[in-house]
Amino acid sequence: MRIIKLELQPILVALRRHKLIASLLAILVAFTCAVVCNVAFMIQQRVMSTQLSSGIAEHQLIAIQSVTLDPSANQVVRHQEDVSALRTISGIESAAAVDTLPLDENDNAQGTCASEQALLRAAQAQAIVGNCAQVSVYDGSPGMVKTLGLHLLAGRDFHLDEFVSGSQLDPPVAIITRALAKKLYPNGDALGETLYTDPDKPIRIVGIVDNVLRPSLHGSHGNYDSMFWPQYPDQSVVTYVISVATQNRAWVLKRVSTALYQLDANRILGRPRAFAQVRASYFQNDESMIGLLVCSALGLLLVSALGITGLSNFWVQQRMRTVGIRRALGATRMDILRYFQIENFIIVSFGVVFGILMGIGLNLLLMVHFEVSKLPLWYLALGAVALWILGQLAALAPALRASKLSPVAATRNI
Amino acid sequence: MLAYYVELAVNSLFRARIMTGLMVLAIGLGIGASMTMITVLHVMSGNPLPGRSTRLYVPMLDPRPSSQGSTEGNSTPDGFTWVDATNLMSAKRADRQAAMSSGYAAVQPGRDDLHPFFETGQYVTSDFFRMFNAQFLIGTGWTAAQDGERAHVVVLNALLDRKLFGDAGGVGKIVRLNNVDFRVIGVLDDWRPQPKFYAQKNGHIFGESDQFFLPLQTALDLNFGFNGRLSCWGSDGNKKRQSDKCTWLQFWVELDSPARVSSYRRFLINYWHDQQASGRFPRNNAPPHLYGLMAWLRHEQVIPSNVSMQLWLAVGFQFVCMLSVVALLLAKFLRRSGEISIRRALGAKRRDIFIQFGVESALIGGFGGVLGLMVAQFGLWTVRQRPDGYARLAQMDIQMLISAIVLAIVASVLAGFLPAWRACNVPPALRLKEQ
Repeated sequence: MRIIKLELQPILVALRRHKLIASLLAILVAFTCAVVCNVAFMIQQRVMSTQLSSGIAEHQLIAIQSVTLDPSANQVVRHQEDVSALRTISGIESAAAVDTLPLDENDNAQGTCASEQALLRAAQAQAIVGNCAQVSVYDGSPGMVKTLGLHLLAGRDFHLDEFVSGSQLDPPVAIITRALAKKLYPNGDALGETLYTDPDKPIRIVGIVDNVLRPSLHGSHGNYDSMFWPQYPDQSVVTYVISVATQNRAWVLKRVSTALYQLDANRILGRPRAFAQVRASYFQNDESMIGLLVCSALGLLLVSALGITGLSNFWVQQRMRTVGIRRALGATRMDILRYFQIENFIIVSFGVVFGILMGIGLNLLLMVHFEVSKLPLWYLALGAVALWILGQLAALAPALRASKLSPVAATRNI
Repeated sequence: MLAYYVELAVNSLFRARIMTGLMVLAIGLGIGASMTMITVLHVMSGNPLPGRSTRLYVPMLDPRPSSQGSTEGNSTPDGFTWVDATNLMSAKRADRQAAMSSGYAAVQPGRDDLHPFFETGQYVTSDFFRMFNAQFLIGTGWTAAQDGERAHVVVLNALLDRKLFGDAGGVGKIVRLNNVDFRVIGVLDDWRPQPKFYAQKNGHIFGESDQFFLPLQTALDLNFGFNGRLSCWGSDGNKKRQSDKCTWLQFWVELDSPARVSSYRRFLINYWHDQQASGRFPRNNAPPHLYGLMAWLRHEQVIPSNVSMQLWLAVGFQFVCMLSVVALLLAKFLRRSGEISIRRALGAKRRDIFIQFGVESALIGGFGGVLGLMVAQFGLWTVRQRPDGYARLAQMDIQMLISAIVLAIVASVLAGFLPAWRACNVPPALRLKEQ
């Protein structure tokens, strides 16, 4: 105890006499800690969402959107003709017509409940309560499950006679994701159960697939609440998904549009895109924001490291004479080194405490004004540790230099 | 004397090249980052119609039922109802007035070398073009009578005209939109105000321009595709767009003098009271508003929150840079306490020392500012590479250039103030004695 006191007392006295520089260092540390923790958190949040697995066979999918302009056309028939034409292109393994795709931003979400009673209760409350969820529906023609490469965990694919057309008719069966099964039926096996989107239309669950992302993301919860319906898309707007081996992709991408235009030129085709492009365009903003955030975090660390090193350097140098005297009075090199390192630790600790408070405040401010979630405290702890290390490293070089000073030279030179 | 200080400063900076370089780097990065974002924000909050913006106003009426207010707070409705827009149109109490809505259409060129494609446009009433001073390359807009007749006429913007008709131009020719033929009566001179202030706010308010303009009633009659929010309450059958329970239209008026503005305000309030008397506008706490163009853009918060977050990030970054520079300058100046003591002992006043070090930090600021300008140019270049609509706008103008340099010098003199103050307070005799 006495020894610690002996070590600390001179440091504290010295700090009290150099309030300006000590507080400058502490402010620098505090500000860096607050900003870098928040920025790192925002980076992590965005990276997490851009790396969500979509649950479909992304690397072998091509998607193309088509809009028929002929108002008299029977859309379902047209779509099936298009799909048959696509299947004849060599290199294409399978194809299907769907109304939307994961990360396509074209979200058809329906309030869905595990039972009729739950649906009625939710309708009464006008909110998603009880065993209910907001679920994105994927409609598709036969071959959808195979083309998308959905991974069936239980149950089966749709039978051909289960497919219906026309939005008014709800299909009798559905395939749902693992996440949705767990949400709607927490205690039991969802397979074979009946779910409701409409009081009079029971839908039996015939299959459970691994998680599939929704067309657009909704925060951090419920992104995998999707289900598949055996329902021919019947709007003039339709998306064709095509499964193709990676080595044939470029070849197929070039031929898809021509094949479809040959069948009917009075239509608008989107650019055929590999699914990687669909994903990239969904996360475009996040990607550029991540780049920006990483740059600013690195820049901040660099600049504040610069400031902290500069200050420590100067501060040690300013007290070379004192170091000389202490050395002459019998202090070892280790004593000198320890003195400066402990001093730095104390100052950085002050900074870190303020930094953590500021960091929490900044996070609250960001939560109010921007869509940022609550900063986990371990981020601040991590930031604090990083700054302690940074501070110790910054002080090390000048402290070592000071400790190498020979006692005689010290008193003579300065 | 100042020249001498500059010489001293240059010498001192040159002696510690690495230190100087680091300080210039810190200031440059800070200024560069914040100038990049300030410039982006500056161009985004610019005036879309300079010279005319002071005469353009948005009236806002709130026809929603009172029960809806609890969840939406004081938000403004998504626009006008068809009923109110037609009432204000026919009242003709402003110098010009127009109702409009964004839409899209399939353009069918009927050529082998050009497949059909979607284009975004605006469905407007006849006063639109003159009210917003949209310049025609050739031809004119349509008349109020043609509005009423639901004429099949279209005004194209320059890009679409060129795409469809090449250099010959399309005036007098036919364009097929959504399987309906329209006669081209005018071509605009690449009219693209930024932001697209007259449309309902969405993610494309910057960057996108309308390429065709159709009479509103024609588009409504033909059931063309509309873009934007349509908010309804109660139920009014299938006549959604013509109902008085659905807001979706934008309504603008031109008022040429302050007197007209106040008389139009009175007119709006009277209209509101009249309608209340017949049972509409149940929200008593939401009287009509009349926004000027720039006030409207502020009210709509057209600047995306991503951009303002980036601005705050940049400002925070510059603050840390400045703190570091203060630290480095303090270290640099106080290391020269001996020199200061000698100068003070030889008769230099505090003021002289202060000016000497002030000049030194201003010099660093100057260099930092130049570096900052280069960093900002690079930053703006990277912004222009982004996919966002506002990206193309990110250019530095003279005003921004000057403020960048001023910001750099002010920042570094501020950063140098504390260190220089400390330096000039070094007592003359004490340090000499210590030596």
